[in-house]
Amino acid sequence: MWRRWRGVLRTPLGLGAAALTAAVLVLAVVAPMLWTDDANAVDTGNILAGASGEHWAGTDNLGRDILYRTLVATRLSVELAVAATAIAVLAGLVLGTAGFVLGRRSSRLVSATINIAVAFPGILLALFFAVIFGVGATGAVFAIGLAGAPVFGRLTQTLVAGVAARDFISAARIAGVGRLRILVRHVLPNIAEPLVVNATIGAGGALLSFAGLSFLGLGVQQPDYDWGRLLFDGVGSIYVNPAAALAPGAAVLLAGLAFNLLGESIAKALGVGVVGGIPALGPAPVSLAAEDAPVEPAGHDGTDLVLDVRDLEVTFPGARGPIRPVRGVSFGVRRGEAVGVVGESGSGKSLTALAVSRLVGEPGRVEASRLELLGHDLRARDSRAQRRLLGTSLTMVFQDPMTSFNPTRRMGGQLAEVARHHQGMDRRAALARAVDRLRAVRIGDPERRAHQYPHEFSGGMRQRAMIGMGLMGSPALIVADEPTTALDVTVQQQVLDLLATIRAADDVALVLISHDVTVVGEVCDRVLVMYAGRIVEDLPAADLAGSARHPYTRALVAAVPDMDTDLDQPLAVIPGRPVDPADVPPGCAYAARCPLATARCRAEDPPLESDGTGRRVACWHAGEPIAVEIADREEVEV
Amino acid sequence: MTTEGGLRFEDVTVRYGATTAVDGVSLTVPPGQVVGLVGESGSGKSTLARAAVGLAPVCAGRITLDGRPVPTRGRRRPLQMVFQDPYSSLDPRMRIGDSIAEALPPGRSRAERRAEVERLLELVHLDPGRAAVLPALLSGGQRQRVALARALAADPQVVIADEITSALDVSIQGAVLNLVRELQRELGLSLLFISHNLAVVRYVASHVAVMHDGAIVEEGPAHRVLTDPCHDYTRELLAAVPGSTAPDRPRRTP
Repeated sequence: MWRRWRGVLRTPLGLGAAALTAAVLVLAVVAPMLWTDDANAVDTGNILAGASGEHWAGTDNLGRDILYRTLVATRLSVELAVAATAIAVLAGLVLGTAGFVLGRRSSRLVSATINIAVAFPGILLALFFAVIFGVGATGAVFAIGLAGAPVFGRLTQTLVAGVAARDFISAARIAGVGRLRILVRHVLPNIAEPLVVNATIGAGGALLSFAGLSFLGLGVQQPDYDWGRLLFDGVGSIYVNPAAALAPGAAVLLAGLAFNLLGESIAKALGVGVVGGIPALGPAPVSLAAEDAPVEPAGHDGTDLVLDVRDLEVTFPGARGPIRPVRGVSFGVRRGEAVGVVGESGSGKSLTALAVSRLVGEPGRVEASRLELLGHDLRARDSRAQRRLLGTSLTMVFQDPMTSFNPTRRMGGQLAEVARHHQGMDRRAALARAVDRLRAVRIGDPERRAHQYPHEFSGGMRQRAMIGMGLMGSPALIVADEPTTALDVTVQQQVLDLLATIRAADDVALVLISHDVTVVGEVCDRVLVMYAGRIVEDLPAADLAGSARHPYTRALVAAVPDMDTDLDQPLAVIPGRPVDPADVPPGCAYAARCPLATARCRAEDPPLESDGTGRRVACWHAGEPIAVEIADREEVEV
Repeated sequence: MTTEGGLRFEDVTVRYGATTAVDGVSLTVPPGQVVGLVGESGSGKSTLARAAVGLAPVCAGRITLDGRPVPTRGRRRPLQMVFQDPYSSLDPRMRIGDSIAEALPPGRSRAERRAEVERLLELVHLDPGRAAVLPALLSGGQRQRVALARALAADPQVVIADEITSALDVSIQGAVLNLVRELQRELGLSLLFISHNLAVVRYVASHVAVMHDGAIVEEGPAHRVLTDPCHDYTRELLAAVPGSTAPDRPRRTP
């Protein structure tokens, strides 16, 4: 956690803000000790003097040095701001957590109270407290503190609600831990960071508010003085000695800025994690040799390829150098072929799909020695023609159909947009085609459904509508990334059936990405098994169950129970954990988990080699027998 | 299933506003048995589990443990639950040892609690020396082991496992399922094992109940329900299992 906080100092702005805040705080402690006498020294011979070598910011109506007074006033100004912020945060915490502690019914009442208080203007509250506590520092502290409380209350309430919905709170409740204890032990530690950040920004705001109140004469009273008071006194003689007002003004500005910027720098550093400067990436790793002697995707004559990918690499900048989640992937997809891509999370399977669809966003970089869709080079710069090609020939289906649609627009209109945009149809024709396509994906009563919004569709229907959207053009390739993972088994079956029907009817190629070996094995002709950003095996789906040759493929298949699994045997497991893309070991990435691994595996990465029958495998020990190993312990590797 | 003991749901109904999530469900988890509860999302199976531990309001009916209502107040909680998402079910700011210790029944010395935490970590095959690490350093499978240890810490009579493997990678799922079976056999644990995955339920449970639209449509010994289903909905579920070899499975268009 401290590493994250240290990230604040990594940016010039954060470092500057932290230094400035530290300077203000040091000054608040030190200045009154050093310069109180100088600040209070009355010099009747030098009243209301302008800036001079002796008095840099001039003197006030008793001849006291304004610069010294400004420096000494730092302590009171900061103290008041901090006190008011403390009141605001404490009162806010009480308000914001009351609902959690008291239970559902009371929380509504508290919520309503906060809502009303937030709407109440702060300055009015300040005036109100000034009347109660009398004009002076105490009243001002309470006024500004309590005026800030509702905002912190709302913030706390929102943060608490976010944490309270998490399962570990439920788990603690089921374990019989009391609400107050849950609050202190589980909730507060998890909301502390954003609260601290906002309190810091709040302190900057309070500082400005105090200056404002004192300037209005409602704040600090003589003989005490803070920056606002000095400003108030200085403004009277602004035409005689502008420095008298400017010095405290500048102090307020600097200190306020320091707190605000520090708060925002912390927020930024904690919010986005520690991302150092983006390191320069090396030159494209694709050598000419790779271009001349490409790994021939097995079993293709190259003419009927819908998709041709060679040496695909996806790179992201990381804190310790570039991360390559996809490290040299080559494959081809023929017309009408269904290719499955399987692997654990982090294997690079989804990024491969995104790279093909040109959907890898900044700061990711995609490189390949060949990346062609229907013979068109997808590596070329983004152009209208290319967008049109992607828009009409390639269809992407995502895991979560809810986030794939705009919730505020009718389904028919969203589908029609594709035809209007890419095929130049008019509104009526496009809508007619949208209805037709909804019918094609077996959505009943498509005329009525086209007028509905995405939330009126069930999950399975949305996924089918998503496929229907892809069918607005005449796609040659459907890339489906975990299309059924969020769906129930019976709905999953409908979607998979639909994909199979479309494929058969229009000779559309399919790339199906899934973590589920059984789904891929059932739907696809050919399966690519990915591990740590590489294809480790490329084999016919029919061979998955019986004759896979890579130990990882065999382990994946064995680890999944099916309806015929022997109930008397423990399930096979893959020991260890997947490789972190930021830290790929030398040699074969799977070696650490592999029962067949030898010294050669740990030193030399096996190439993906074709065995002449159209299958490819990357393993020095492909096909060697594996003794069934039941590891029951997952080692904690830190 | 005529035993009086164990976890019994009797005509339990749960409503959220106008929606009836669970509609008059009766189900028994006998002592020392694993009952699998299958159904699709929205069928009410998770709501039933949440009702049992007091996280969802029971509108009608009773939930009893050994004939007495399940306590939902106080420190002693004989019914425990393991959640689906191990990334959400462990406090990211709390050491795993403390998370487990929190669920221990009260009235033990510090040393006793520490010894107990170590025993529990050993039980779920995690290194007891790592009790002081934060969840962020653990993989999903390891976190789910910690969650299991926490549930066992309360010395429960029955544990509800709500989709505990569906958020895990397949390679890890197997290890967690092996652990569940081993714990059940060694400790004689009673388990309500909720999952949408029939193959997973088949592997773990001796009895299976099928839930659909808030009601239980079929119930019986696992091998009978999964090989010779009586209800159409169960048949539909079985036919939809990928790679299933059920005889009445519709042929897919090639």
